[in-house]
Amino acid sequence: MAYELIGKDFIPPDIHGKVTGKAKFAEDFRLEGMVFCRLLTSSVPHAKISNIDYSEALAMEGVLGVLTADEVPEQSNVVEPILTNEPLYVGDPILAVAATSEAIAQNAIDSIQINYDILPFTVDPLESLYPGGPDARSDGNTMSFSRPRSIISHKWTARDFISVDENTLPMGEATETWSFGDIQSSFDSSDLILDETFVTAGNSHLCMEPRTTMANWENNKCFIYGSTQSQSAVMPGLASFLGIDIENLVYIGEFCGGGFGSKSNPYSTMAIPAFMSKKIQRPVMMRISRAEEFYIGRARPGFQGRVKLGFRSDGRMVAADLFVVQENGPYRGFDDFDAAASAISLLYQPEALRMQAVPVETNTPPRAAMRGPGENQIAAAVEPLIDKAAKQLNIDRVEIRRINAADNDAKYYSDQGPVTSAYQAECLDKGLSMWNEIKLRSGQKNGSKVRGVGVGQGFHPAGRNGYDGLIRITPDGKLHIHSGVGNLGTYSHTSTSRVAAEVLKYNWDNCVVVRGDSRKHLAWSPTQSGSNTSFTTTRQSYVAAVDALEKIKEIATLDMGGSIEDYDISGEEVFLISDPTKRIKFSTIAQRAIEIGGKYSGYDMPDDLHPITKSSVSGLAGTGLIGVSKDNLYRNGLVAGIAVGFIEIELDTETGKFEILDYLGVSDCGTVLHPKGLSTQISGGAVQGFGLAAFEKHIFDPQNGLPGNLGFLDHKPPTYLDVPSVMNTAAAEVEDPQNPVGAKGMGEPVQGCAAAALVCAISDALGGHYFNRVPITPDMIVNAVSGREQSHGPLDVNTA
Amino acid sequence: MSKDMMQSFELFQPDNLDDAINLLDRFRGDSWVLAGGHDTFSWFKDRAKYAPNVIDLNNIDELKGITETNRGLEIGALTSLTEIVSNPIIKSNFSLLSDAAGKVASPQIRNTGTIGGNLNQDARCWYYRYGVDCYRAGGNSCYADTPQGQNREHCLWGADRCVAVSPSDTASAMVALDALMVIRGPDGEKEVPAEDFFIGPDIDIERMTIIQSGEILARVILPTDWSGATFYFEKVSDRNTWDFSLVNVAAAMIIENNVIKDIRIVAGAVQCTPRRLSVVEQVVKGSPKNDDTASLAGQAAIRGATPLNYNHFKIPLLENLVKRAIRDA
Repeated sequence: MAYELIGKDFIPPDIHGKVTGKAKFAEDFRLEGMVFCRLLTSSVPHAKISNIDYSEALAMEGVLGVLTADEVPEQSNVVEPILTNEPLYVGDPILAVAATSEAIAQNAIDSIQINYDILPFTVDPLESLYPGGPDARSDGNTMSFSRPRSIISHKWTARDFISVDENTLPMGEATETWSFGDIQSSFDSSDLILDETFVTAGNSHLCMEPRTTMANWENNKCFIYGSTQSQSAVMPGLASFLGIDIENLVYIGEFCGGGFGSKSNPYSTMAIPAFMSKKIQRPVMMRISRAEEFYIGRARPGFQGRVKLGFRSDGRMVAADLFVVQENGPYRGFDDFDAAASAISLLYQPEALRMQAVPVETNTPPRAAMRGPGENQIAAAVEPLIDKAAKQLNIDRVEIRRINAADNDAKYYSDQGPVTSAYQAECLDKGLSMWNEIKLRSGQKNGSKVRGVGVGQGFHPAGRNGYDGLIRITPDGKLHIHSGVGNLGTYSHTSTSRVAAEVLKYNWDNCVVVRGDSRKHLAWSPTQSGSNTSFTTTRQSYVAAVDALEKIKEIATLDMGGSIEDYDISGEEVFLISDPTKRIKFSTIAQRAIEIGGKYSGYDMPDDLHPITKSSVSGLAGTGLIGVSKDNLYRNGLVAGIAVGFIEIELDTETGKFEILDYLGVSDCGTVLHPKGLSTQISGGAVQGFGLAAFEKHIFDPQNGLPGNLGFLDHKPPTYLDVPSVMNTAAAEVEDPQNPVGAKGMGEPVQGCAAAALVCAISDALGGHYFNRVPITPDMIVNAVSGREQSHGPLDVNTA
Repeated sequence: MSKDMMQSFELFQPDNLDDAINLLDRFRGDSWVLAGGHDTFSWFKDRAKYAPNVIDLNNIDELKGITETNRGLEIGALTSLTEIVSNPIIKSNFSLLSDAAGKVASPQIRNTGTIGGNLNQDARCWYYRYGVDCYRAGGNSCYADTPQGQNREHCLWGADRCVAVSPSDTASAMVALDALMVIRGPDGEKEVPAEDFFIGPDIDIERMTIIQSGEILARVILPTDWSGATFYFEKVSDRNTWDFSLVNVAAAMIIENNVIKDIRIVAGAVQCTPRRLSVVEQVVKGSPKNDDTASLAGQAAIRGATPLNYNHFKIPLLENLVKRAIRDA
């Protein structure tokens, strides 16, 4: 379909502030009388605190107060507490000190005496599953993800462990499981079965902007200035942390310097400056440092896994059996294991699949969704095995993926439900000409260097529905899109808002994206996460615009007669189709809406709106023509976000280093909303994927639970010099039928496909040596090439 | 543990070296010498090390610049790494040093980081940097040299309670170039060969160089002996910028008619000091520069290496880099 705005580049309204430094992130705000607070965090991985003596701190000049765990609401035992008396990892916040400066607060913290009663701890899930092994928590060692989540005690038997060799994942009783198909008969009908143990490392989100929060109370209202990916979706949870009603919360989150899933939802530490502010009656800023961000900033869970795959001789994957021991961190964690299996179900369409998992608690930083949670780890683990199968079955590596690819008849997950659309083969086809060229260079040697090529695939669900759209046309003729979605940095707040302008045939210069502050009357929107914004929020904008369009035409009929079918719009005017000279400007319509009142200007509204939207509509009532609706559009099935990456590398067998020579990322994102945004997402996702594949991992000392690599220097996200300066991007460019403009999300799988492609290319360069572990670092490559054993055991985690 | 919050300190900014030495003499153990600040402020921010009086050398012009003298090329300790990378004399006559300096950290760090700071930087063992009470920090244990210690970056030789390695890329080049380190103290100047400048834990576990409290590295002299020699520098690190060496190798060779007449070859990040590979030098001196000599050199380089639990990859890596130094220089 031809669009005026969709599919065209635009200048995001917030980019000027970012480029000039005028953008106000959470820590840039200042209020009169504002003071700072800093955290005292645990120096040990697990302990109960028997005594805290902060008398010296309180006596220091400039110290305004101490806030302890006893003064903040207790959370349920699975939720990360706001402050704790039983720290569960090095870095767990114990108390906060407020002072007139951060240096004074830190001096005060240094004077505080904490008595820790040390408790057992673990940084290795398998160690905890061993009979008698240490538990990360006093109340158990495993998170049960059945609702409501709970901590349970779960151990395997010694027999479970010794029944396999040390290089193979033992498979004791799983606590999480689902399946479809007849797994045994599908394996029986397989011509090739691969059964492999693998490890994927946990790693930090490494958001550029640490999760700073400032809080202030005025007349019982709490004002929070925070760093979150989401806007409206943050409100209920944040109000709950604070113990207040949503109407007493003002949330300002205009900019977010990176979240990658770790800031989708409100987080407990946001409440610390709020409670401190309430206590000392001053605005309180809690800046989070780089090191603190490593601790409280969340992480991707690592997997100790085993996967058995059954293939027919024609390359068709018929059976998949996945077992994941997930390093779940000390608190709630995220169900990456479940998503990992779901990705296998979608990308390879097996006849039968079984997922088994045990999410084990560890005394390491809290886990949360990170870009492609589960799907991207499993892409890095399973895609090399697809290559292995292709080699053994003598099938081209792209072809075997095509044979198993999801299409519009694809089935998904345990219930084998439908998809809205899936164009995996089309993505593979977009890279075919590159593949046919680079595969000729596979294994080509130049001195100590050897070429490796790879193809990788990634998946993530890419859309939701049921949220609200809210727009407003004011008497000056401007269209205001009151977007409740956040600003995680992709500019999707604007690319999705442009759908409303498209429907109403607006000149984009006359449109205003209203966002970033709950006082601006924003719509109820999903978390800006899970690759869902493009699909979900375009629907929100669409239904609001359709509602506005109908109201515009209704007002036209009131003033010029006829029925709404007699009217159309153009040039921000409504006109009589039979006599286009009879026109009313939208500015006039807006004024008329105010005069008429009722639903036209927000005094009446649909009952099915979310309370946040209802409150926003009430706030806007009488200021213009209001278009508001819940997204009740049809949706049946999974919105499949698929991506494919193609890569060529040159690996130096003497140093273990490689250079990425070429990369192409292809996304099945339906209609492209914003070409620049798409290419940035594919390239940026690829960089993060290369990090997952070859650079980034947690290191913890099993002797004392200390983190070995906090910060950007030691955690090693790829730099400009580790990735190609130019990467190629493309889209399948086939519309999704269940989105009004054909769009689907794409943010997460573009990381997984790049990670997988790179892992595959490294193995290709090494003539088919499979590490069954990510990241693959130079030491591992040097060891492999020189025929040495790896320093770590195949199931070791969190090692250097 | 990392606190990311500096304590207050008194800042002194002398404009000549004598005043700086006097200030150090006045404050003794309570003083700290500040050059580029990269090492200093990471310690200070973490509150793992602290001194109430900081002597900032950045206003002392006599510590800056690169000059040719009758003794060779003299490089002030406050000269930035970027200046060394781009200096035409160094590039043409001592490219080993400009190559090594160009591999230090990142462009931003090289712009403000100094050669003196790079040579005098403290050990990078993550446990030590974390602020634990290890031997090097005045305690009585080593966290890295244990069966479970995470010691991938640590040493192959010279373990003596501490297993940290020489973190400086330019240090390897300085030893290979047989540089002289000029140290100023209360009693005037003294010159020390680079090879003796760096010290291991067996000599003093709390220092990385022979510089003592009250002394400052004033300049480095590159003697003309190796000017224009055949050089080879290679650093392998996890990422292509910012990271410290997993292993580096610096070599200076005199080659005539494809025969290696003379050589100094040094490895970094394999022991606490730049490791002069004397056995390699003896093996290859007088040999033709070819693949066989290169292989022999590689094998000679790793003799006696004693890996820890997570760093045996450094053995083949060092072997390969030494082989490349002979083969590819």
